[in-house]
Amino acid sequence: MSSREKILERIRAAGRRPPALPEIDTFESRFEDPVGKFAEVLTSIGGELAEVSGFDGLRAFLDQKYGSWSRRVSSIPGLADWTDFDLQTADPHSLAEVNLAVIQGETGVAENAAIWVGEQQVPHRVLPFITQYLVIVLPKAGIVCNMHDALAKIGPVSEGWGAFIAGPSKTADIEQSLVIGAHGARGLTVVLT
Amino acid sequence: MHKAETDHATASIGFNRDEPYVDWHDETLWFVRVKRDRAARQLPEWENLRETASGIKDFVLAHMDSLLVQFEARALENGIKVHWAADADEHNRIVGDILESHGITRMVKSKSMLTEECHLNPYLASRGIEVVDTDLGERIVQLRQEPPSHIVLPAIHLKKQDIGELFHEHLGTEAGATDPQYLTEAARVHLREMFLTRRAALTGVNFAVAETGGFMVCTNEGNADMGVHLADVHIACMGFEKLIPAERHLGVFLRLLARSATGQPVTTYSSYFRKPRAGQEMHIVIVDNGRSAQLARPDFRNSLKCIRCGACMNTCPVYRRSGGHSYHHVVPGPIGSILAPNFDMRANADLPFASTLCGSCTNVCPVKIDIHYQLYQWRQTLAREGYVPAAKAAGIRAMNAVLSRPRFYQWGGKVGRSLMKLAPVLVNNSLNPWYHQREMPEPPGESFREWYLRNRSKK
Repeated sequence: MSSREKILERIRAAGRRPPALPEIDTFESRFEDPVGKFAEVLTSIGGELAEVSGFDGLRAFLDQKYGSWSRRVSSIPGLADWTDFDLQTADPHSLAEVNLAVIQGETGVAENAAIWVGEQQVPHRVLPFITQYLVIVLPKAGIVCNMHDALAKIGPVSEGWGAFIAGPSKTADIEQSLVIGAHGARGLTVVLT
Repeated sequence: MHKAETDHATASIGFNRDEPYVDWHDETLWFVRVKRDRAARQLPEWENLRETASGIKDFVLAHMDSLLVQFEARALENGIKVHWAADADEHNRIVGDILESHGITRMVKSKSMLTEECHLNPYLASRGIEVVDTDLGERIVQLRQEPPSHIVLPAIHLKKQDIGELFHEHLGTEAGATDPQYLTEAARVHLREMFLTRRAALTGVNFAVAETGGFMVCTNEGNADMGVHLADVHIACMGFEKLIPAERHLGVFLRLLARSATGQPVTTYSSYFRKPRAGQEMHIVIVDNGRSAQLARPDFRNSLKCIRCGACMNTCPVYRRSGGHSYHHVVPGPIGSILAPNFDMRANADLPFASTLCGSCTNVCPVKIDIHYQLYQWRQTLAREGYVPAAKAAGIRAMNAVLSRPRFYQWGGKVGRSLMKLAPVLVNNSLNPWYHQREMPEPPGESFREWYLRNRSKK
């Protein structure tokens, strides 16, 4: 008998009870001001927040804050001429050089400041992690209250990969002291549009 | 397997030698518990969420076979290779064979308690394959050649001075440097080099979704994603109890996991893998290794609901004052103590006794496992099967003889009180384990029963 059959056989032999699958509602976590809640939580987990109006506003913000930076990339079509580093590489290892990545997010979650980023938004899965600093552009209309709302909005997930990203990478493995910038991005700025 | 060399009580004596250190360990973990409370209280539906999560896992335990088959079918459709491992040896062999077939001799690995349980690293080393653990805490204990002492905070038993010395020796940081920011930066540079040069990455699995064949991996550091997205081969290893039925259930568990573990509203990265990226090979290893036996024990099957948040450790008064290593099992603390006897009753017979049965673990568990009740149940089972030491068994029999006979109990109490008064040395000596850390109290003049009878008769 193969291990597959052996394991399934043992599980069946263990007997079963027939509980029903509980229904999940979206619970009571509703916020009168989801955008305000998102901003509050993002700041508390080490992220930075900016708000701009329109594409010109975004350009102006990026110029003002990151204009002097080198090795910046973006997967947002309108920003191609703002970048100085080619994302059209076959080998994701070359992205180790990237200082700043500006990417688009569609769905944000007020209760925990997570933003869903999938393969539609990034040409390489490693980009949001390997870049030293990350900027996610997020429409305010895309912010929902909680994770149930978020999964209802993005699901069923059709992409091969996606991630909820909440704040910059962090660790507290040395005496529980919080350090921002473990292995992923050292900083995350969310630009609301 | 054989009896553990040092049982929990003996190991705890060693841990308790340095009192300021134990106080620090205790307070540090309690602080994590306090953060968990704060996070939980922000959600009015917290108890409802726990109940829902527990109910979903009940459904999973009852339909494990069909859900596993569904998960396998979807994963295969998505281009993932699926392997089944009946035990630790088979799991290790499968991982070793995958790596060997690609001629890979160096691999990065993010946190996976399952691979600790299976002792994967030493096995791969014996096949000439080097594994680098990439979670900062796990890398620290790996360099120290010791196991993690906590499932979420692997290096919680260490002070920054210990880590400073370790990094000075292995990573070339400045002698005497202890700043966590500086030490973490050194590890970041060291591990980036690993991520960029390793062709295979292994991860654990937090949640595997039956209806989609996808699986989620959660980290704060980003180490799982850094490893996997740069590697040609991704191997994800999961105990079969990691299943959840549907994608929408991720919402329930993601809301509970990080809040219970560290008090964060969610982990920084919750990465959902459905298909390998172009040119990449993705494997899932589904592991039994005793889980089906636990599933067949009605008193203990609920332990398989565990989502490995570690909240029961942070809250446990015994864990906080005895340290993870005292438990001599891959998962320490209350949850580990109800999982361990299933693996080996003889070796782990002491662990269900490493508890006050206060019930705090049960109260914080996000999937409502009745942990303290199972600890109590394991004590019964272990005694019945003859795994309790003769002295403890004799003591329990003697207590039973006294406590079940009221007159004998009353007489014994009277004799005991007089003896303690006349010859305190009978209890204040090193043969009495209760005397080791405390002075015995003055014996009272009368028992409560005597007092009650006397005072009631006055009315």
